[in-house]
Amino acid sequence: MQMDYVSMLFVFMLATFIGLGVVRQVSRLLHTPLMSLTNAISAIAIVGSIIVTGGDFPPYIRAMGAVALFASTTNIVSGFLITDRMLKMFKKRDGKGGKA
Amino acid sequence: MIHYVIQVAYLVSTALFIFSLHWMSDPKTARRGVFAGVAAMLMAVAATWVSPEVHHHTWIILAIIAGIVVGIPLSMVSLTAVPQRTALSHAFGGLAAGLVGTAKYYLWLGHEQEMLTTFRMTAIILEIVLGYLTFTGSLMAAGKLQEIKWIPQRPVIYRLQNISNVGLLTLALGLGILLALMPTAWWSPFVFPVIIALALAFGVLLIIPIGGADMPTVISILNSYAGLSAVAMGFVLDNKLLITAGALDGSSGLILSIIMCRAMNRSFVNVLFGAFGQVAATGAVAEQRSAKSATPKDAADILDVASSVVIVPGYGMAVAQAQHRVRDLHEQLSKRGIDVKFAIHPVAGRMPGHMNVLLAEAEIPYEQLIEMDEINPELGQVDVAIVIGANDVVNPAARHDKKSPIYGMPIIDVDKCRTVLAIKRSMNPGFAGIENELYFNDNTLMVFGDAKAVVGELVKALSDEGGGH
Repeated sequence: MQMDYVSMLFVFMLATFIGLGVVRQVSRLLHTPLMSLTNAISAIAIVGSIIVTGGDFPPYIRAMGAVALFASTTNIVSGFLITDRMLKMFKKRDGKGGKA
Repeated sequence: MIHYVIQVAYLVSTALFIFSLHWMSDPKTARRGVFAGVAAMLMAVAATWVSPEVHHHTWIILAIIAGIVVGIPLSMVSLTAVPQRTALSHAFGGLAAGLVGTAKYYLWLGHEQEMLTTFRMTAIILEIVLGYLTFTGSLMAAGKLQEIKWIPQRPVIYRLQNISNVGLLTLALGLGILLALMPTAWWSPFVFPVIIALALAFGVLLIIPIGGADMPTVISILNSYAGLSAVAMGFVLDNKLLITAGALDGSSGLILSIIMCRAMNRSFVNVLFGAFGQVAATGAVAEQRSAKSATPKDAADILDVASSVVIVPGYGMAVAQAQHRVRDLHEQLSKRGIDVKFAIHPVAGRMPGHMNVLLAEAEIPYEQLIEMDEINPELGQVDVAIVIGANDVVNPAARHDKKSPIYGMPIIDVDKCRTVLAIKRSMNPGFAGIENELYFNDNTLMVFGDAKAVVGELVKALSDEGGGH
C-alpha cells in the first residue's frame, strides 16, 4: 500500500512537469479559453462524485456526492461550450469568416 | 476484467487531456483541443459509471441533468462577463472537491476506519482546505467582478489583516495535522467541521483586500487551487486520472499566475497580502497640472494623416462594450491604408487574455493583436497611439518614478509614439488612485467621454471625410 502512495506522487510530479511544458507553449492569445478549458478538465472531479453518489452509502453521503456531481457537470458543460464558442471567434485576416 | 478496461479508459483519457492542452498552442488547432477534451471526459465518465462500485443511478442521472441545465446558460454569457463565469466555475470545482473529501471522510470514519491512514488523511485535509477556500474565495471574486452590491468592490483593509489571515490558515493546518495523526479519535469528527469552517472563512478573507486590477492574478491562483484540490481528491480516491488532470489544471493556473505577476512586477505574496489599495492615498496628492483635450473631430483629423496607428485597449473598453466600435474604427483606418495594430498588455482586463477574446469577438484578425514585449520596440516609429480604457498599463511613471506604487511594472510605452489619444471618461485616476503622467505629456491629447460613444464619433468623423486620399 505504501508503494502505491509513492507511485501516485510520481504520477503527480510527472503530470505537473508535462502540464508546465504544454501550457507554456499555449499562445498568449488564447489564455482566456485556456482557463475555461482547464476548468472543464479539472471537473474530472466528476469521477469521484459519481463513485460517491452511486455507491452503497448512507443517503447523506450520497447527497454530498450528488451536489458535487452537479457542480462538476456544470463546469464540464459550460467549460467546454464556452471554450469552443470563444475559439470560433479567433480568425485570421483572410479566413473564411472574415467580413470586409 | 472490468477493472482493467476502466484503467485503460482512464489512460487514454489522460493522453487525450494532454493533447487537448497541446493543441491550444495555436489558434488553428485549438478547437481540436476542445474535441479531445470532450472525448476524454465522456470516456472517463462512462468508464466510471459502469464500474462495479456504482449501484444507484437515479441520483447520478438527476444531478447530471441539473448540471447540464445550469451549465448551458452559463456558457452563453457575454464575453465581458467571462471573468465572472470563470471565477464561478472555480468555485464549483472547489465545492465538488470539498464535498467529496467530506463525504469520504465520514464514510470511512463510520465504516472502514482502517482506510484512514495518515497519508490519506493528509490528502483529505488538503482536499477540503483547498476545495472550500477556493469555493468561497472564488464566489467572492465572482461577486466583485459582477459588481454585486453587498460585496465591496474596493479593497477592504483593516488592522492586523495579514496576521489574522495567516493565523487562521495556520490554525486550520495545525488542526489538520492533528487530525492526520489521529484521524479516528473521538474528537476527530468534531474537529473536521471546524477545519471546513476555517477554510471557508479564509477564502472570503483572502479575497476581501483584493481590488479589480489584481483580479487576473487572483483568478489564475484560484484556478491553480481548484486543480490542486482535484489532485488531492485523486490521492484520496487512489485515482491517477484525477491526479493527472488536476495537475494539468494546477500547472496551467500556476503558469498564468506567474505571467500575471511578472506583468505587474509583483510577487504572489505581494498580490495576496500586500493590498494594492493602501498606497492609493499617497499617489493622489500631486500638484495640479493641465492636460490638453481634443474633440473626436480633432482626433479624427490627426488619425486621417497618420500612417501607423496602435490601439491599446483596457478594461474600460470592456466596461463600455466598445469592442465593436473599435472594429469599425479599425476598418476605417485600414481602408485608408493605415497600418493598425493592437497592443495587448498581459494584465489588461480582468483575466488573462481577456482583451484578445473581446477583440476576436469583434472579428479583429488575431495576427493584429500584438503582445506588449513584441510591440514596445516598434512604438518609437508609430504616429498615433489610441488608448481606450487602459490606464495603469500605459503610465510612464512605472518606468522612472520610484515613489509610484506601480514602479517597475512593465508598461506599453505609448508615450514614445508621436501622438497619444487617450479616451477616458474623466480625469479621475484609475483603480489604484494613481495619477497617470501620460495625460500631462505634450504629445498627449485627452478625448473625454464614454469609450463607445467617442470611438463611434471618431468613426463617423473619419467616414464623413470619406477616406479623402
